[in-house]
Amino acid sequence: MRLDQLPLRQAATISAIDWSALRVTEARRLRELGFDEGVRIEALHVGPIGRDPIACRVGRMTIALRRALACAISVEQAGIGQAEAAAGKAAGA
Amino acid sequence: MIVSPMVALVGNPNAGKSALFNALTGARQKVGNYPGVTVERKSGRLALPDGRPVELVDLPGTYSLDPASPDEAVTRDVVLGRQDGERRPSALLVVVDATNLDNHLRFVLQLAALGLPMVVALNMIDMAERDGLRIDAAALSRELGVPVIPTVAVRRRGVEELKEALGALVTGAGAPARVDVDSLPDIVTLQRRARAIAVAATVEENAQRRWTHVADAVALHPLFGPLILAALMFVMFQAVFAWSAAPMDLIDSGFQQLQALVTDVLPPGVLRSLLVDGVIHGVGAVIVFLPQILILFFFILLLEASGYMVRAAFLMDRLMARVGLSGRAFIPLLSSFACAIPGIMATRTIDDPKDRLTTILIAPLMTCSARLPVYAVIIGAFIPARSIGPGIGLQGLVLFGLYAVGIVGAMVVALVLRRTVARGANGGFMMEMPKYQMPNWRDIAIGLWQRAWIFLRRAGTLILAATLLLWALLSFPQAPAGVSQSEYSAAGRIADGLEAVVRPIGFNHQIALAIIPAMAAREVAVSSLATVYSIDAKDDETTARSLVGRLQGKWPLPTALAFLMWFVFAPQCLSTLAVIRRETNGWTWPAFTLGYLFVLAYVAAGATYWLATALGL
Repeated sequence: MRLDQLPLRQAATISAIDWSALRVTEARRLRELGFDEGVRIEALHVGPIGRDPIACRVGRMTIALRRALACAISVEQAGIGQAEAAAGKAAGA
Repeated sequence: MIVSPMVALVGNPNAGKSALFNALTGARQKVGNYPGVTVERKSGRLALPDGRPVELVDLPGTYSLDPASPDEAVTRDVVLGRQDGERRPSALLVVVDATNLDNHLRFVLQLAALGLPMVVALNMIDMAERDGLRIDAAALSRELGVPVIPTVAVRRRGVEELKEALGALVTGAGAPARVDVDSLPDIVTLQRRARAIAVAATVEENAQRRWTHVADAVALHPLFGPLILAALMFVMFQAVFAWSAAPMDLIDSGFQQLQALVTDVLPPGVLRSLLVDGVIHGVGAVIVFLPQILILFFFILLLEASGYMVRAAFLMDRLMARVGLSGRAFIPLLSSFACAIPGIMATRTIDDPKDRLTTILIAPLMTCSARLPVYAVIIGAFIPARSIGPGIGLQGLVLFGLYAVGIVGAMVVALVLRRTVARGANGGFMMEMPKYQMPNWRDIAIGLWQRAWIFLRRAGTLILAATLLLWALLSFPQAPAGVSQSEYSAAGRIADGLEAVVRPIGFNHQIALAIIPAMAAREVAVSSLATVYSIDAKDDETTARSLVGRLQGKWPLPTALAFLMWFVFAPQCLSTLAVIRRETNGWTWPAFTLGYLFVLAYVAAGATYWLATALGL
């Protein structure tokens, strides 16, 4: 699941970040703000127009970022992550 | 002369760096600039426990030594001892937010790798406790290999301990870093280590309900959020006028008494004319607006210190995206309502160069406080104080309209610029949202005092000089009886040339006279008009009437409206153009700004004049 699809206030973990889809400056800022594989993440609030931007909790910080950028971040919901990953694999195969 | 050692204050944005700076140095601060860049150099004196003086320099907040903006580049260069006009730091004072250790420690690790003497201020330790976090400062100190002092900057807790730790470190002039900056470990490696250290130093962590989340659930609510923002903006602009009435009357009557005194004491003549027409009318007409400017800055400082400003940027992001900007641009643009200069400097936090350029170019269109004197005088003189509905006055409505024209104009210009000279992919929006904080009143007071001082200094130098020059050009040569002094004078003859240009948009001779010196600063238009009409007035009239009274009925209404519209757009502020030159590194963009704003001003004023005349106003 991508970060932009993550329901609000659902604990999740960053499973992968597609760094190649990001501009160099964006990628560096994301790293500086603590985005990394394995870090806990939770979407908290969305903007009033088009549910954009998304404010999410990463580690102990709250970061606002645009939906377009959130698409490059894959997340796994706590608890159901394994089942979903297995389902994804099955669908891919 | 012995130069005192310098200690550099560094830290992530939102770590409470400025509050700690204020707590350590009090009001003994100097604000200057680094040579060649507009990055502010804020420094203050601090006495170590053994009495030695140290200069503390507050460096721009940054996430790492890998700069993304000119501000962050200064921080890196000062730390590494290669910034022009700055000596090597004898020690670093690194501020970290105790509630955000895993992220802030990464920067500490990067700095510690340089091998410079440093102390870590573990700030906002009270907030961490409130969040259910207990941190072992001693363990942290062992892990990092540097002293760690728990502090609460806004309550001045831990300040003495910090001074002691610094005293032990500061032994003389700074030494160069032991490690080359390029050989430091990369961000991800440092971040993982930082996270491990943070976990090790955290003794206890209770999941507690953080009230920032509760507050954000309301402030960022899709429906209530925008409503609250609109209400805040309304209260802010309302307060600028409602709260300022009494102090403005007080200043005004003070200047009137001063004028009466000078008129009584001095015989009629050149000296009296200089003091009354030049200094008192000219400068007084500007200083009277100090309360409004301070109220506006008070709100902006409050919104920034409380953490709400970033929420406003969040709410506005998609709207700003429609004209090719990001929510980040909202903060500099809102500051520009007070003054375009700090507004333009605040654009440095915008990473995307095209976003930033567009924001700089439209910032002068936000109605800055220097326009208020012009608007207030012209509206007071020409727009009847009539009510046109419950609680809505015609004068207030016109003023609101002028603000709205500026905003709409800016949005249209942004849209055009993003498709022409500042074309490029839409920059992103990525921002840390800090915790809400109770603003520290002392910090707000220091900020206000600095703004008041800048304004008064301007009134006493730039505005006084422009007014005096105009007075001299208006007073000589002396006109023979029966001829208007302002038309006969040297200034009058200069204005003749300009009058030919501005006549088609409804401007008269006096306006042509006033807008020339107002190039220096917009407020000068008011002091110039005051001086022009004061010099032409008969002596018995001089003492009795204010500028508003004197203007009444002198211009046709279409002329007054065109004059107002001119000031929405005209780039009449040399300081703004100078700051655009510095921020964009060249003359291209200030020249562009000057050109496009004058064209807009001429067209808008002309259209207003012709339309108003056609409507028979």
